[in-house]
Amino acid sequence: MKYAMETILLALAAFAALLGAAFAKDSQFGAHMWVLFFVLTASVIVLMRTSSYAPVDILAEDKSAYMDGPIRYGVIATVFWGVTGFLVGVIVAAQLAFPDLNIEPWLNFGRLRPLHTSAVIFAFGGNALIATSFYVVQRTSRARLFGGNLAWYVFWGYQLFIVMAATGYLLGITQSREYAEPEWYVDIFLTVVWVAYLIVFLGTILNRKEPHIYVANWFYLAFIVTIAMLHIVNNLAVPASFLGSKSYSLFSGVQDALTQWWYGHNAVGFFLTAGFLGMMYYFVPKQAERPVYSYRLSIIHFWSLIFLYIWAGPHHLHYTALPDWAQTLGMVFSIMLWMPSWGGMINGLMTLSGAWDKIRTDPIIRMMVVAIAFYGMSTFEGPMMSIKAVNSLSHYTEWTIGHVHSGALGWNGMITFGAIYFLVPRLWGRERLYSMRLVTWHFWLATLGIVVYAAVMWVAGISQGLMWREYDEQGFLVYSFAESVAAMVPYYIVRTIGGLMFLAGALVMAWNVYMTIRGHVRQEEPLPGAAPALQPAQ
Amino acid sequence: MDYTTLRQFADSWGLLAMTVFFIGAVIFALRPGSREAAERAAQIPLKED
Repeated sequence: MKYAMETILLALAAFAALLGAAFAKDSQFGAHMWVLFFVLTASVIVLMRTSSYAPVDILAEDKSAYMDGPIRYGVIATVFWGVTGFLVGVIVAAQLAFPDLNIEPWLNFGRLRPLHTSAVIFAFGGNALIATSFYVVQRTSRARLFGGNLAWYVFWGYQLFIVMAATGYLLGITQSREYAEPEWYVDIFLTVVWVAYLIVFLGTILNRKEPHIYVANWFYLAFIVTIAMLHIVNNLAVPASFLGSKSYSLFSGVQDALTQWWYGHNAVGFFLTAGFLGMMYYFVPKQAERPVYSYRLSIIHFWSLIFLYIWAGPHHLHYTALPDWAQTLGMVFSIMLWMPSWGGMINGLMTLSGAWDKIRTDPIIRMMVVAIAFYGMSTFEGPMMSIKAVNSLSHYTEWTIGHVHSGALGWNGMITFGAIYFLVPRLWGRERLYSMRLVTWHFWLATLGIVVYAAVMWVAGISQGLMWREYDEQGFLVYSFAESVAAMVPYYIVRTIGGLMFLAGALVMAWNVYMTIRGHVRQEEPLPGAAPALQPAQ
Repeated sequence: MDYTTLRQFADSWGLLAMTVFFIGAVIFALRPGSREAAERAAQIPLKED
């Protein structure tokens, strides 16, 4: 029987979850274990219903070909979690503009906000990274994924992590560390999944038939290894009970804050930058059908990024109890990051040199180019905001939110969309996408949505910062905090509209991907310039 | 090992080791004759679909 051992282990895990629910020390942990029990039981039932009792050798799949099953599931999961995460983003944006939309206790802003950030960063971004890294490492190593069904464990284990994290937030379970809200038991489970991911990825590289390890794999590997390190150190905590949802951090005070932001900023640096640069270094050359502009620059890009990013975290703690030298160190390293970031951006953009017309004719290339442009813009803005004088205006304001979104929607979102549009026809053996015109629609909806969002947040953030520091001639603050909140309402409404446009674009993509997978091809006028122009006779 | 020892090691030998490694990596990437190797490596994604 196929997956016999897996089914038995899942059933045992479901039983353990039931015991956890029965003996829970607090009601939240009990509720969370019920969720886990139902998810695992449903998985057991699905596995048993799809079981085949044919002899093993008939079920054996072709072990010489690339393993694309987990990648197909990963692409679908990326689209699904992307739409979910953007939808929750629109909801929390609307909650800020219209506070009556806060539905207590499960659906208020405080619980939905980590759901939004985790859904977009870890569910959408994480699935995109896992799926594309499995695709890229096989093609550039010319080797099948290592570890057999371990890649499936990585995929499903990661989805279970997402479900447990998301339901935990709604139940009010959080350790209050930004981008690392899940409590200790979910963290331990993610560690196990992540080690399996490292084994699959590294094993494939070690089995490679290509002598050189392509640079995209360096970036992916740096992402996997560093995230493992960050995740473990940041989540060092002592559970109050082994059957309870509460834990206490190993660190206290400012050490705890610095650990949190050492993790937090490197989550940006290695999850949202290094991993997605791996995507850029493979999918941009593939879609443009030309090699990367300078391979040697990409190597230098890699090492400078690795050496500089890890020190930048303290810029999140300017003017706090953190020692002044540490704040300055964080600022200096953030500013030095300008060089590798812009080196990488130039390398990505110049890959198109000699083929600039593709920006006009190929909407997928256009998406990737805008992604790289946003990478350049947000990595310019970030170091600027890390300068103490600028930070004293920008910190704690909406400017930060705008900056994060120009990076996450513009860079991570757009490069992922480009990779999805590249992958779907290839993974499902379709001649082309269902519709290229819908890609253009997605492109403009997403780009305009980001521009509206970022511009509004700049205005909102700078107004907020200026209001907070406005003194009158007698030295009193001119505005109360509530006045600065009231001043934000129009910006919050426009921001929601920007988010809605981005969500609409993602829905267009979901439809396009669905129809492509189903094998439909839309009858449509080709895009202007898409057909190769006739060459005049020499 | 206490904080002071760790700190002194980090901002002397640790710092030196990382700086030397980084400069070495950059020199190695730009060494004479690396151009052809880099051009071959850049073609890896384009070899097959």
